[in-house]
Amino acid sequence: MTAGPERTALEDELALAKEPPRRSVTRLLLRHPLGAPCLALLVIVVLVAVLAPWLAPWGPQETDLAATNAPPLTPGHLLGGDGAGLDILSRLIWGSRQTVVAVLIVVVVSVAVGVTSGLVAGFYRGRLDAGAGFVSDVIMSLPGIVLLIALYALTGPNIPVAMAVFGVIVAPTYYRLVRAIVLGVRNELYVDAARVVGLSDLRIVGRHVLWAVRAPVIIQTSFVMAAGIGIEAGISFLGLGDPASASWGTVLQNSFNGIYNNPWGVVWPALAVSLSILALILLGNALSDVLQSSARSKVLPPRRRRQVLASAAAQREMEPVADSIPVGSSDDVILSVRGLRIAYPDPNGGVNEVVHGVDLDVRRGEIHGLVGESGSGKSQIAFSTLGILPREALILGGSILLDGEDLLADEAKMRAARGRRIAYIPQEPMSNLDPSFTIGSQLTRGLRATRPMPKKDATKLLVDLLVRVGITDPERVLRLYPHEISGGMAQRVLICGAVASDPDVIIADEPTTALDVTVQAEVLELLRELDHERGLAMILVTHNLGVVADICDVVSVMKDGNIVERADVDSLFAAPSQAYTQQLLASSRTVELMEV
Amino acid sequence: MTTPVGQNGARPVKAPILQVQDLVVTFTGRRGASTTVIQGVSFDLAAGETLSLVGESGSGKTTIGRAILGLAPVTGGTITFRGNAISNVARKERRTLAKDIQVVFQDPYSSLNPSMTVESILVEPLAAAGVTQGRARVRELLGAVGLPANAGSRYPREFSGGQRQRIAIARALALRPSVIVCDEPTSALDVTTQATVLNLFKELQEATGVAYLFISHDLGVVNEISDRIAVLYRGEIVEIGEAHQVATAPRHAYTRRLQTAAPVADPAKQRIRRNQRLALAAVDSASP
Amino acid sequence: MTLSLAKRLLRSLAVFVVVTFVTFSLMYGNGPGIAHAVLGLNATPEAVQAEVVKLGLDRPLVVQYWDWLTGVFRGDLGSSFYTSESVAGALSNRVPVTLALVFLTLLLTAVLSVILGVTAAVRGGWVDRVLQFISVLGTAVPAFIVAIALVFAFAIHWRAFPATGYVSPNVSASGWLASLTLPVLALLIGAVAGAAAQFRTAVLDQLGRDYVRTLRARGIPEREVIFRNVLRNSAPPGLTVLSLTVFGLLGGAVFIEQVFALPGMGQMANMAAQISDVPLVMGTVLVAVVIVLIVNFVGDLAITLLNPKART
Repeated sequence: MTAGPERTALEDELALAKEPPRRSVTRLLLRHPLGAPCLALLVIVVLVAVLAPWLAPWGPQETDLAATNAPPLTPGHLLGGDGAGLDILSRLIWGSRQTVVAVLIVVVVSVAVGVTSGLVAGFYRGRLDAGAGFVSDVIMSLPGIVLLIALYALTGPNIPVAMAVFGVIVAPTYYRLVRAIVLGVRNELYVDAARVVGLSDLRIVGRHVLWAVRAPVIIQTSFVMAAGIGIEAGISFLGLGDPASASWGTVLQNSFNGIYNNPWGVVWPALAVSLSILALILLGNALSDVLQSSARSKVLPPRRRRQVLASAAAQREMEPVADSIPVGSSDDVILSVRGLRIAYPDPNGGVNEVVHGVDLDVRRGEIHGLVGESGSGKSQIAFSTLGILPREALILGGSILLDGEDLLADEAKMRAARGRRIAYIPQEPMSNLDPSFTIGSQLTRGLRATRPMPKKDATKLLVDLLVRVGITDPERVLRLYPHEISGGMAQRVLICGAVASDPDVIIADEPTTALDVTVQAEVLELLRELDHERGLAMILVTHNLGVVADICDVVSVMKDGNIVERADVDSLFAAPSQAYTQQLLASSRTVELMEV
Repeated sequence: MTTPVGQNGARPVKAPILQVQDLVVTFTGRRGASTTVIQGVSFDLAAGETLSLVGESGSGKTTIGRAILGLAPVTGGTITFRGNAISNVARKERRTLAKDIQVVFQDPYSSLNPSMTVESILVEPLAAAGVTQGRARVRELLGAVGLPANAGSRYPREFSGGQRQRIAIARALALRPSVIVCDEPTSALDVTTQATVLNLFKELQEATGVAYLFISHDLGVVNEISDRIAVLYRGEIVEIGEAHQVATAPRHAYTRRLQTAAPVADPAKQRIRRNQRLALAAVDSASP
Repeated sequence: MTLSLAKRLLRSLAVFVVVTFVTFSLMYGNGPGIAHAVLGLNATPEAVQAEVVKLGLDRPLVVQYWDWLTGVFRGDLGSSFYTSESVAGALSNRVPVTLALVFLTLLLTAVLSVILGVTAAVRGGWVDRVLQFISVLGTAVPAFIVAIALVFAFAIHWRAFPATGYVSPNVSASGWLASLTLPVLALLIGAVAGAAAQFRTAVLDQLGRDYVRTLRARGIPEREVIFRNVLRNSAPPGLTVLSLTVFGLLGGAVFIEQVFALPGMGQMANMAAQISDVPLVMGTVLVAVVIVLIVNFVGDLAITLLNPKART
């Protein structure tokens, strides 16, 4: 077994990785600022419902004439009495029973109907899916409240049945949610792998699919429960509830009817309903945070951001100024990066530096290759020259000099240069075109934003340029939408867009990585020609040393946020001085074809 | 259907363990429009050898792999494994017949269920096959791919791309397969990691005698690892033969285009290759 | 495309038939029960049976439904079991009230939720946090409780607006608006809370996409990127949110009419249901289903037209 450097690094990694203790979901939830209070409130409601006979001072229908329209804090009636002399507090306590039962019914029915149908429809598709889809549409077209009112005409006051029907009405939300997840999971490679390994469908559903579904279903249930409380209270409020039993909605109805005599009477049932619903919604949000920790990194709050930037500036004052090493004379350097430091917020509230003070020079007419593996920070440098780093990124220091002017220091200059003097060619052609607008519309707007000219002139320029980049019928292509062209064509369109505004510098971020190798060769050829024709300076970010050998003049090698070696292309390949560069070259060469 | 270049001169030495004959795969779109992705492909794979399928996007190479694994429908032709037909048979039958054809996918991030520990991922195939003593075997498998034993209790997200591919390889090895379909297993990895993983593939083949059907878009990668190479273009094999010959002295025009298009990490040599490619392109455009 | 349009229309018709049949069976299913309710508690079994025949409730359900359906296409929705007032007539008075309430609210919701959602997504920071806070509160408190609170505050405490009652626009335009102000406000709060949050999510989703970054890199001003490209791509999910909002508003309108004593179709249905005046309830169901189907159809159509892939 080859030991090699990778294995040792791996063992160290695993040994050192600080694995946080595996907390159960409940504990994480309780630590969430909203989790504990909401759970507590809901537990209290359930307890009140269970212990009602012992907690309520009065029976649900017990009247006390002295309490008619009594204000709150009347002795014996903490929350006052309603128009018939019934104690509001007691009725609310007794009413919690109906609330809890109603919610349970809604949840059980909607989960049973919605989740199972979603699982089946998503997994087996075909006719089952079409049929279930139709039923779901029918249910979703049922006018909910009106239907429950209509139900009353049939059954009379029967809250449990009404809640069951409401459960059916809500079921399509589960159906859609579960079906969408199942459809997504079905296409995951780990499900394919499970099939190949020989798992039966049932095992695949049970192990892989259900697992993906459980978190969204739990979160949705919280919101469904909230809706159930609202509907139950609403139905009773409308008068469709059972006048004999106490319910929060009936209490509200009575109080509302007597609102001119005792306005405070409405406050208590309104609070009971609203607070319970609020607790469930907040619980749902908390569950969402805990169960589905979003991959999206959080932007630092503005105060913290200023703190971090200030401390970075202070640090810079203290450090000696590092000398940048120019390669050759600096007369025709058009773009210079000096001491660039970029960081991102880490999950613990601190920052994690990903680029540690990088220097880079690009000359006119020169193609400068920026080589590194994933995570080396090369794309970060590319984005920062254009000012298109993501919102959460923090530039801790450094300057980007275009013809001697620092773009990082002046937002307005950066904006003026973007697209006009520094242009961008992205990696993945299809996702970098707006799917809702024609190619022509996107190209023309981009051009006229940086070089104001009449539309006709812009179109003429673009047509000529499209021919130059190798698209044979440009007028037709201008009218097409992105989904109607191939990846290779899309990349040519993007190159056209970048070059059209006649920039001085092009930042090409892995422009050929997503393309087939034959197309890649053609696109590289195109880039080389354009560069020589127009005397462009180009930063070419790539991980492929073959691409570097093909068109670059100068190379900078990056590893872990630092430039470890910089040389002209012939020297770098002939005699690399750093161990990392040698390792990269060696690995590349093992998978290369040598000529016969 | 054209006869691929080299077909006659490329019979494997041993008896074939997997045979694909006149495979046709057609997908029907939503409005009845059908696309034939594989247009009649035939090849054999012998025990212990590595046959690579090389092609660009749209060549159908991944679909062939999926058809062999039972993940894509077979519209025409047959796939035979150890003498039994495994195409167009019932799922259950296929499961018993083809237990020892396994797979390593391209994407190390979505081929492992993120909510399962590495140990449960590796135990899954064993449990499905009714094997007890799973734990011991898991340790064995982890060792075979160069991962420490304590990796079992961790989740896939704690590993790098290269390490996850090793886990996927370990999973493929669990049932002691005789054939592993490798669907672009190194395409998503960094170049240094790629080299080590390819090494691992080679060592495992020496240790266990497993055969590989290696699918890739990179002629250089497959040259490194294959005994024979088949070049695919638009659903057909245009050239098939001994690896070194196909990769360095190809006979078919398309293979030559593939070869000259891939850049080499040496400026001087790349200049030569570039000239070769341009010359080839001139010839191609000149011919009718 | 016309083919898929026709298919969708057909499907909507099928849904219409199924939904109306199901509700029809639910309501007209218990013939004796209805007759009993109409005649009162003291009705003898013979009188009940006679009433059943008189109201035509002894016929097979499918026949009753067919009669009703053919009647609908003629414009005849039957008449009340109690007053023999025509259902169509009653609805023609009440539907405009509900529609005014729902669509005024929808218009305001659309405008406000787009503004709030886009601002929260683009600006982030405190605007975003405030929106999320309001959104939770707004969706938590049911519309009818908001309505009660508004009555409490504006009608009783401050006496700024009429608490209940409706002024027809024919009588006085300003009176009409005044009588609808509190009801619309009650519905608006919950509707905007939900819609703005969902619109924010849709916009955030677009902002994270590669093409937005490339458009910026091209030098296109930020304002154009947001208001032209991002909004355009957020429109399909935005339209979906709005159609869902309409359904919510239709349901909420029933409660609001109850609180503010507005003579809309929801209130009519509620009163009719409590006395088993089934034709009136069925008429309301019909109108509600038709509104839902139309909104669905138009929404789907708009989304399809917006999607370049669907137009080829």
